[in-house]
Amino acid sequence: MSDLRTLAPGLADPSHDAQQLFRAILDAASHPGRIVSLPSAPAGPGALSSAATAYLLTLADRDTPVWLASDFDRPEVRNFLRFHAGAPIVAARAEASFGVVAAGTPQPFDGFNLGTDAYPDRSATVLIEVPDLQSGPMRHWRGPGIADRTSVGIAGLGDAFWDDWAANHALFPCGVDLVFTAGTELCALPRSIAVEV
Amino acid sequence: MTENSAKDGAYNYAYLDEQTKRMIRRAILKAVAVPGYQVPFGGREMPLPYGWGTGGIQVTAAIIGRDDTLKVIDQGADDTTNAVSIRRFFARVAEVATTTRTEEATVIQTRHRVPETPLSEGQILVFQVPIPEPLRMLEPRETETRTLHALSEYGVMQVSLYESIARHGRISKAYNYPVMVNGRYIMSPSPIPKFDNPKLDRSPALQLYGAGREKRIYAVPPYTPVKSLDFDDHPFEIETWEQCCELCGSKESFLDEMIVDDDGKRLFVCSDSDYCERRRAPAEAAE
Ligand SMILES: [Zn+2]
Repeated sequence: MSDLRTLAPGLADPSHDAQQLFRAILDAASHPGRIVSLPSAPAGPGALSSAATAYLLTLADRDTPVWLASDFDRPEVRNFLRFHAGAPIVAARAEASFGVVAAGTPQPFDGFNLGTDAYPDRSATVLIEVPDLQSGPMRHWRGPGIADRTSVGIAGLGDAFWDDWAANHALFPCGVDLVFTAGTELCALPRSIAVEV
Repeated sequence: MTENSAKDGAYNYAYLDEQTKRMIRRAILKAVAVPGYQVPFGGREMPLPYGWGTGGIQVTAAIIGRDDTLKVIDQGADDTTNAVSIRRFFARVAEVATTTRTEEATVIQTRHRVPETPLSEGQILVFQVPIPEPLRMLEPRETETRTLHALSEYGVMQVSLYESIARHGRISKAYNYPVMVNGRYIMSPSPIPKFDNPKLDRSPALQLYGAGREKRIYAVPPYTPVKSLDFDDHPFEIETWEQCCELCGSKESFLDEMIVDDDGKRLFVCSDSDYCERRRAPAEAAE
């Protein structure tokens, strides 16, 4: 049983906070590479960043199973997501609508639902917790939402990560969508985006 | 505790319950990730007649907040019954400011037109869509059209357009002219005149399309290529008029033909009422 006395608070104003957070998330998703600061993002439970917490509180519910990497799979995080979002926590990546992994995890988005050619919308969205969104090596991103190209320096990701990304992008219209989270900021990388190494 | 903070105590904020909004929000994000692909969404029926534009209303209700300024147009005009009703609805249930000025709006819900005034980054254009499937007239079976999109197998559309050229000497479709989004999906731009199609191409605004009856959402992110289908020997062309607008003199805007007297005298005026009014009162508009 979760102990409600130790449960971190969720959104202070569920309807309006979720609306504002969604618009920030939509802004990020429709401008890949843009670093978006989330308004009124609550402090996360355990090792979960404020941005990842806000993302899940805005979009996860009983219809969207969540998979947590071992860094985040702690009772306080599970209880938080169950209590505030009603989201089931699942043991298999393939069953999840949302995943949370840490930068540096090998094959961070391997095994998640990629969707199908007929229903590419059924793919998972994976949140990647990174140290920060601008101090890493600059890479050029191109695709829908970006005028020409943009330079993005997500920290904490090796070359293997971007090889994996190229393989994911090549599956379009299938493939996972990524959201990089750090502190109260996030940056979206939908499957439609090509990243030049 | 605050789920019922709308002025109208009987409804949740922006009318839809939070779970329905979350579901629509998730569908919007997937639609943005796969430009031009129609994302099915579930949810309960809106207790509104379909002609009202329930798909557009659901999308607007899922995104709108108290910081937004909403513009609603129907056939280009802000003052039609439909546009006024939808604007009042959101002013009441979502406590938003409303405007008729295109550049002041953060969210524009539209039926049948894209504003003449160029849109800018940060604006969201929400289209009301009656029939989301561009291949429906050619292939009635949903399982078939879904397969054709999955395989990017669009020969049936090419054949249809070429038949139109063979019969009429040109592609006769004037509204709902099909487009190719980011080189992958054929999409219905909703019943806008083909005159508006070029405005969809690499627009800095985000385009969201909501179909209520068939429960589909699709999107075109900013700066995404949107190409009207055509052939090398029959390139896409928009409508032109010999007349200019009777009221503002515009030669660039989409004109509606009006019959003004019993003798059948006709004149042409801008379909976009905000654009036309602003051109007639430039000093006032510039303040
Ligand atoms: Zn005019």
